[in-house]
Amino acid sequence: MSFKAISREVGDVTVIDMDGRITLGEGSALLRDLVRENVAKGRKKIVMNLAGINYIDSTGLGELVAGYRLVKSEGGEIKLLNLNKKVTDLLQITKLYTVFDIHNQEAQAVASFHS
Amino acid sequence: MPSKPQRIEVVLETLIESIALAEEVGVRVAAVAGFGEDDQYKIGLAVHEGVMNAFQYGNKQRRERKIHVIFELFEDKLVIRVLDQGAGFRLEDVPDPREDENVLGDSGRGVLLMKAFMDEVDVLSSSAGGAEVVMAKRHKR
Repeated sequence: MSFKAISREVGDVTVIDMDGRITLGEGSALLRDLVRENVAKGRKKIVMNLAGINYIDSTGLGELVAGYRLVKSEGGEIKLLNLNKKVTDLLQITKLYTVFDIHNQEAQAVASFHS
Repeated sequence: MPSKPQRIEVVLETLIESIALAEEVGVRVAAVAGFGEDDQYKIGLAVHEGVMNAFQYGNKQRRERKIHVIFELFEDKLVIRVLDQGAGFRLEDVPDPREDENVLGDSGRGVLLMKAFMDEVDVLSSSAGGAEVVMAKRHKR
């Protein structure tokens, strides 16, 4: 299944709902563009909803990290939402679990920007 | 004397589509070899990472170069070899992305995932001069 991503706004937080695979050539470029577009608009509080993501490769993980670095450098933050077991395992293996703020509920993820 | 392994060789062009294709073949070979669904996914991802490495860093996205993926089914394990036509690399030169100074870096995650998901990973110099990534997954039975 190819990658799909849609941005929506919840107050001053942008939630990016994603589906499919984040891999070289499938999702990674689109994801990069979406993050850059949001940052360019001044929207730097981003929740990546990975509920529909069933596969990520090392390029996809690299794209999450690149987005994190970009948004952080602009004074914002990317948080992750709804990771399945495979994605959780990948983040634990690569220690990225210790980098990202990870949530299981959207309301909690959005509220965490204001706490 | 151990019996000769069943051997399957796939020759791919250096195309982005070859990565998912090799992964799919890897999953199917793993299934035929008797690995369960979780291991099939892990073997598929390891093949994906190996071929992606050959596509990007080995063959530098030059379509005319070939990527060879060889599956050898032994009684106790599945061995996978991914060969490219690049300059080769040494496993010890790949940074560990789990180190504090590398965790937000861009390198090393593919090799780390191969090591995490397979029982053995090594990099040799192939006879064609490029890298030969050799990975093995043992049966748990």
